[in-house]
Amino acid sequence: MKNLLINKIDVKAALKRAAFLFVILVLIGFSPDYGDMIVTGSIGEPRTLVPILASDGSSGTICGLVFNGLVKYDKDLNLAGDLAERWEVSRDGLEITFYLRKGVKWHDGTLFTSRDVEFTYKSLIDPKVRTPYSGDFQMVKSLEVIDDYTLKVLYKEPFSPGLSSWGMNIMPRHLLEKEDLNSTKFSRAPIGTGPYKFKIWKTGERVELVSNHDYFEGRPYIDRYVYRIIPDTATLFLELRAQAVDYTSLTPIQFRRQTETKFFKEHFQRFNFPSFGYTYMGYNLNDFRFKDLRVRQAINYAVNKEEIIKGVLLGLGRVSTGPFIPESWAYNKDVKPIEYNIQKAKALLEEAGWRDSDSDGILEKDGAKFSFTIITNQGNDERRMTAEIIQKSLKAIGIDVKIKIIEWSAFVSEFIDKRRFEAIILGWGLSLDPDMYDIWHSSKTREGEFNFVGYRNSEVDDLLLKGRRTFNQEERKKVYHRIHEILYEEQPYLFLYVPDALPILHARFRGIEVGPAGIGHNFIKWYVPRSEQRYVR
Amino acid sequence: MGKYVFKRIMGLAALLLGITVITFAVIHLAPGRPTDLEAQFNPKVSMEARERIAHLYGLDKPLHIQYIEWLKRFARLDFGISFMDSRPVMQKILERIPITLTIELFSVILILLIGIPIGISSAVKEGSFYDKAMTVFVFTGFAVPTFWLSLILMDFLGARWGILPISGIKSLEFDKFGFFEKIIDMSKHLALPVLVSAFGGLAGISRYMRSSMLNVLKQDYIRTARAKGLREKDVLYRHALKNALLPIVTILGLSVPGLIGGSVIFESIFSIPGMGRLFYESVMSRDYPVIMGVLVIGAVLTLLGNLLADISYAAVDPRIKLE
Repeated sequence: MKNLLINKIDVKAALKRAAFLFVILVLIGFSPDYGDMIVTGSIGEPRTLVPILASDGSSGTICGLVFNGLVKYDKDLNLAGDLAERWEVSRDGLEITFYLRKGVKWHDGTLFTSRDVEFTYKSLIDPKVRTPYSGDFQMVKSLEVIDDYTLKVLYKEPFSPGLSSWGMNIMPRHLLEKEDLNSTKFSRAPIGTGPYKFKIWKTGERVELVSNHDYFEGRPYIDRYVYRIIPDTATLFLELRAQAVDYTSLTPIQFRRQTETKFFKEHFQRFNFPSFGYTYMGYNLNDFRFKDLRVRQAINYAVNKEEIIKGVLLGLGRVSTGPFIPESWAYNKDVKPIEYNIQKAKALLEEAGWRDSDSDGILEKDGAKFSFTIITNQGNDERRMTAEIIQKSLKAIGIDVKIKIIEWSAFVSEFIDKRRFEAIILGWGLSLDPDMYDIWHSSKTREGEFNFVGYRNSEVDDLLLKGRRTFNQEERKKVYHRIHEILYEEQPYLFLYVPDALPILHARFRGIEVGPAGIGHNFIKWYVPRSEQRYVR
Repeated sequence: MGKYVFKRIMGLAALLLGITVITFAVIHLAPGRPTDLEAQFNPKVSMEARERIAHLYGLDKPLHIQYIEWLKRFARLDFGISFMDSRPVMQKILERIPITLTIELFSVILILLIGIPIGISSAVKEGSFYDKAMTVFVFTGFAVPTFWLSLILMDFLGARWGILPISGIKSLEFDKFGFFEKIIDMSKHLALPVLVSAFGGLAGISRYMRSSMLNVLKQDYIRTARAKGLREKDVLYRHALKNALLPIVTILGLSVPGLIGGSVIFESIFSIPGMGRLFYESVMSRDYPVIMGVLVIGAVLTLLGNLLADISYAAVDPRIKLE
């Protein structure tokens, strides 16, 4: 009897203990652990961490973690509040009122207010500041601070892309007001409001950040962030193989071949989704041959984009039909790529007057042979290979193509800016707002401007203006869908492909969510279960 | 001697001025502008903004004005401000020199320690199997592409076997290490770069040493020494070697600029933040002040190295007198 009693008590206690343990386990299971460090590898080094001066990708990555804008794009590529809780656009589109989040602190403890926004704006339009982003803010008539947490931006005319331009990282007034932004020490020791605080920058080696425990969206789970600078891609891959780098992006060949091993499948997770950019062949539309729409359409029929994607990207990309992000609302999914059809291509060229009269395999018109040069920049194998495939494809319809590869800076200043090309292969990185005024409007064809192909279409001109003046997304959608249609029909560019982004991440990181915006959007929610954490010292 | 040195220095100063004119012209006349990369073809970066930046850099002034302004600053030993990150050029160069200098010094020491004995022994056993084997060995080092050898070594020693770190100069946790741990950590990181760069440099020194030694061994005074009945060891090391080392001094003098020049390829492969990479990056981004700074320092060191070689030559070789 006594024994039994003891047993009974034991059972009860054991049950209690088990229940307690169960609860703990559930809690652990559902609330991610803090700690560990993520090591990202990059071939580039940031130039400056003053966000309004930073124009390179590396600086942008770090600034994005240290600072916030008033607005940001969410996982589904819609504009959402960041430092601004919400905003209102006046009916005439001339005023945007931002209501800021209260209680946000700079990393040094000072309160963030609308004065910081005002300061950032004033720096952006200051002619003495070397910012490349002044363009978007030229449309602003004035900025009025209403109180510490409300401000009103007045525009000279309605300017809907202006809204997303307030995604510009906001800088602390109290630290920079008396500094010369071009040469301030802040550029290597920034203080922001973001999820990570700057810790150290060892030139040529790494930038290190630590998590901001007071971040307004909650403390990030990963405690430390290291940005390692490894300029050689082969070395970067070896570092990944040795698990000394956790996060980087792969080339198609690394994705398809080198990481298709048991080792990489066990220790890493890979992702692929469309990147925010596309590659195209741009024609010089002032060239007599490319002036003819039929010639451009013939080339579109004759170049097999699927073949390029298979050959150059090993299938990791998709055919592009227009200048918008495929997953965004501006992209017109009804514009379908035309089929690959050599016969149609030949017929169109014939119609345009190009015939092979001396049967040497190359077409002629008025005594001139159809021969042109594609120029692209050095150091980009994908573009070079694309040029080679186009060269081969066009040979089949009697067009002779030569390829010239030129170092980037010389390429831009001597060939693009001066319009000294027949055709070029280039890519555009896309911002999330679909405004393309600078690329397609007929007024943007002067030296150094971005409509370097010389495209002129009055309907597109009007639509571009309309798109800028409209805030309603449904209305804007119609505008950009129409632009998309016209551009595909008129072929000022031979739209080629949208390459996939190919990030690779160590398997111990959890909580990654793939969305149209990629995987970085919920970075602060990524975590490593305690038992798998690697850097615990 | 003093007069000679003074005269030489005056001559070198004029030479240096000429070098700066030519370099300045060449790098500015090369196509491309610093603002091209800054913009990176971002449609949000308007042409007006690019022009404004060019103006703030002073790039819209005529070239000769830009040169005179540069020269004025240079006279005060001010190399200006980098276009890329707005830091003083001098500071950027100075923070890169120690690591390049360390690697190059270790590698030169290693080259001398291994290359000179190889050269001497090859000369003594001229034509033997050993001589031929050494020739193959040093020329292999000379001919093998650095990047290939480095990557192979990194793959096996680093990625597969995990014996040595792959790249960089310190571990991520370096700051938390104790003193000895730090030394071990750095030596581990520097082992491969130093070895690879030394392997590539062996051929030069050992071949110079070999031919110079062969030359000396054929001299009359060596025959005399042997005829006197001196031991072979004394003949070789006391009589021959002393004289054979003279040309090596010149070569060492000429290698001074290389000590801080660094190498682009291998600093990139090993992710070493040294001078080679700084120079390469500044060229690619048309960061004129940095390019000028690195080139001028390189020129000064080359000229000084030459002078030093001449002077030390006089010091060790009694046949030469500087007038």
